[in-house]
Amino acid sequence: MSYGITGFGAYIPRRRLSRKAIAAAHAWAMPGLAAQGKGERAFASWDEDAITMAVEAARDCQSGAGAAPHSIVLASTTLPFVDRANAVVVAGALGLPRSTICQDHTGSLRTGLSAVASACGAQPAAPSMIIASDLRRAKMGSAQEMAFGAGAAAVTLGNSGVIATFLGAASISVDLVDHYRTTSNGFDYTGEERWVREQGYAKLVPETVHALAAKTGIDLTQVRFVAPPSANPSICALIASCLKIAPDCVIDGLAARVGDLGAAHPLLMLGSALERAQPGDVILSLAFGQGCDALFFRATDAITQPTGRRGVAGAVEDRFADEAYQRYAAFSGLAAYDWGPRAEADAKTPLTEQYRSDHQITPFIGGCCPACGQVQFPQFPLCVKCQAQVTFEPVRLVDAPARIATYTADWLQYSPSPPFYFGLVQFDNGARVLMEFVDVDGRALDVGSAVRMVFRIKERDEMRDFARYFWKAVPLDGKETR
Amino acid sequence: MASGIRDKVAIIGMGCSRFGERWDVGTEALAVEAFTEAMADAGIEKHQIEAAWYGAGVEKVNVQNSAIPLSTALRLSGIPVTKLENMCATGTEALRGAAYAVASGAVDIALAIGVEKLKDTGYGGLPGGRKGTFNDLWMPYGSAPAGFAQLAAGYRAKYRTSREDLKRAIAHVSWKSHQNGVKNPKAHLRKAVGMETILNAPLIAEPLGLFDCCGVSDGAACAIVTTPEIARALGKKDVVTIKALALSISSGAELSTNEWDAARVINTRIAAKTAYAEAGIESPRQQLSMIEVHDCFSITELVTMEDLGLSQDGEAVGDILDGKYDSTGAIPCQIDGGLKCFGHPVGASGLRMVYEIYLQLQGRAGQRQLPSPSLGLTHNLGGVPYNGIAAISVIGLLN
Repeated sequence: MSYGITGFGAYIPRRRLSRKAIAAAHAWAMPGLAAQGKGERAFASWDEDAITMAVEAARDCQSGAGAAPHSIVLASTTLPFVDRANAVVVAGALGLPRSTICQDHTGSLRTGLSAVASACGAQPAAPSMIIASDLRRAKMGSAQEMAFGAGAAAVTLGNSGVIATFLGAASISVDLVDHYRTTSNGFDYTGEERWVREQGYAKLVPETVHALAAKTGIDLTQVRFVAPPSANPSICALIASCLKIAPDCVIDGLAARVGDLGAAHPLLMLGSALERAQPGDVILSLAFGQGCDALFFRATDAITQPTGRRGVAGAVEDRFADEAYQRYAAFSGLAAYDWGPRAEADAKTPLTEQYRSDHQITPFIGGCCPACGQVQFPQFPLCVKCQAQVTFEPVRLVDAPARIATYTADWLQYSPSPPFYFGLVQFDNGARVLMEFVDVDGRALDVGSAVRMVFRIKERDEMRDFARYFWKAVPLDGKETR
Repeated sequence: MASGIRDKVAIIGMGCSRFGERWDVGTEALAVEAFTEAMADAGIEKHQIEAAWYGAGVEKVNVQNSAIPLSTALRLSGIPVTKLENMCATGTEALRGAAYAVASGAVDIALAIGVEKLKDTGYGGLPGGRKGTFNDLWMPYGSAPAGFAQLAAGYRAKYRTSREDLKRAIAHVSWKSHQNGVKNPKAHLRKAVGMETILNAPLIAEPLGLFDCCGVSDGAACAIVTTPEIARALGKKDVVTIKALALSISSGAELSTNEWDAARVINTRIAAKTAYAEAGIESPRQQLSMIEVHDCFSITELVTMEDLGLSQDGEAVGDILDGKYDSTGAIPCQIDGGLKCFGHPVGASGLRMVYEIYLQLQGRAGQRQLPSPSLGLTHNLGGVPYNGIAAISVIGLLN
């Protein structure tokens, strides 16, 4: 019985900022940045973090069908909470049962692929999901600001419906500090790039991969695709040369399209390799950070079966240009704007109420009245239509088709992303919910516009350093207006 | 079957403070300003007031909870005072409480007063509203204009009205009220504004621009009510009575089902039906001499013309542009300048509207006086069109 990857998914924030715009913002101080001013990077909205992006990647992964995972791992170096199980929030948003085992993994950019290696080593009978997600901040004018992107990628593992069989894994651990970040300082400190290349990637990657080849008996000439650990094109080229593999076998790191997704990047690249693989192709998956992880997979016949997932290519293409560097800086917490007195409102979350209504809010579950059939969110004790006091049948609204019934662009209300778009969303199943609209830029917004739900931060409580989450609606292509 | 409130309660005195940015006075002084005028108008002694209903909508920027601040401000000597809040219907609710007390026979003379000091928030617009511990977890916090702007999207979709036609009609709503406000010494904004200025003002909540929004101000208004018999015994001529007091609150259906088309306010329609029945009005278009409606935003007034049955559904745009609700039109609307020019001190607005009708019915409206009005209607809309409160009162001369 083979064990391996049964599905994958990805999410990358739609906003893309050209590196030319970043260089232009810093031209007064760092004219040399213009040389790096090629391509674009993804950046997250103010209401996204490692949790919300993980949810979106996992949803994409789930849309490829397959059994619900019995355990999930959220792997990230930027978990919003140091002591509150972030993965439990993700599981709730995914509508997974309370019996789901939820773990947070962190510590290095290897964390996501390390979790995959662990699961593949243990080969549990029940299906599992590994989600890697990272939203790294970078100082203004830094090389990281140019290089970083943001996003998440997920894989499901199991022994049924395997699309890529696990063949083996090898890893080494060594304290080569190519960069580091502490909890008290939100930014990376990096070693010299040339030293990292020569003593790090050029030595540790071959050492690990050759150990893997020896262990599995698979010659590197059999490798069809290499999923690189980083977006950096020179690292991708270096890996090809030091492994003596044809450069075109190394999957495009997507530096020009989205930037480096940190801990999510190895899984993003693995997903990208899986999208290209044909049955029988061998994939080498790599992650780097205080050592190296290397895994071999072989695509099965099931790799060609159509699925509902958007995948890596879809996430890369679902974009819009947002050339306002100041917006990126504000969303990333790099620039302090004066939002005026309306931003002073206390945003305290009553934890009692949050827990009491968590079954409705986090998974976005409405209720269908067994007496009259009306689907409603939120659920109150009495049916909104027939007033019956009933036990509602749960109806998850996350993937339910919906359209805009009313909307406005509110320039008065405080929002970290003005204007504040909101209005009534009419679901095809009869439910109606007042919702915020996000990622509106460049998309049609009118009565009748189709929307899809996304998991986002509802509100940040700056005073208590807390965030609460709910679902928002993203307008789809205007062509779907009716 | 209940006989209703019609002609059971007379208004014998009313007062209204000057509305505006009243940096000069606090909440207590505003209350006293309105109360002093009403007492002089009624011609009674303070000890004759047996009970009071006090409305304030946003207590956090007023004087905090309870009736104590009002009783203290007016030095009411131990009589029952009820503090109430029902969003923008608060002022009308105070009148309802006082009127019902008189009609029940519990008291002979009662006071209704609404006071609000919004300008102590430190910024423009109404304070941003939290929705409660549960709703805060999922409901977007829109501003007040954004809540009402949803009507514009719904109206446009339902009647296939062009953006331009709707924008011009709502601009006319504000243009007309500014014309009226010039003539009112108690109004906050007393300046005529041109159509082009209104149309080109900065957007507040699409499609509402700055001039589509009412002002924010401080103010107080009050009414002293009694029975028609006592009013006559006090020597009152042109006795003004309450013909109807209707209130309708949303069940949440608009927000959670597809029953609502977003082109109307269901609660206004329910309250209007109730009020017309209670007042014995069969044809509001013929019988109402004047109306004071809740023009918090211009789009609200437009939709309200249909909700009150004064324009056919889908025809308010044409009626408004034809001047039907102008000062010289068939049914003058906001002859005092409306919320548009008075601003909207939440607790006071309902009583401020009644004050204008009371003056008009008695022929005391000065430059704004309409020719022999006999019946007027006030309308308040609290909350948002999809989850709100409609309050309607009908006031007229006692036959």
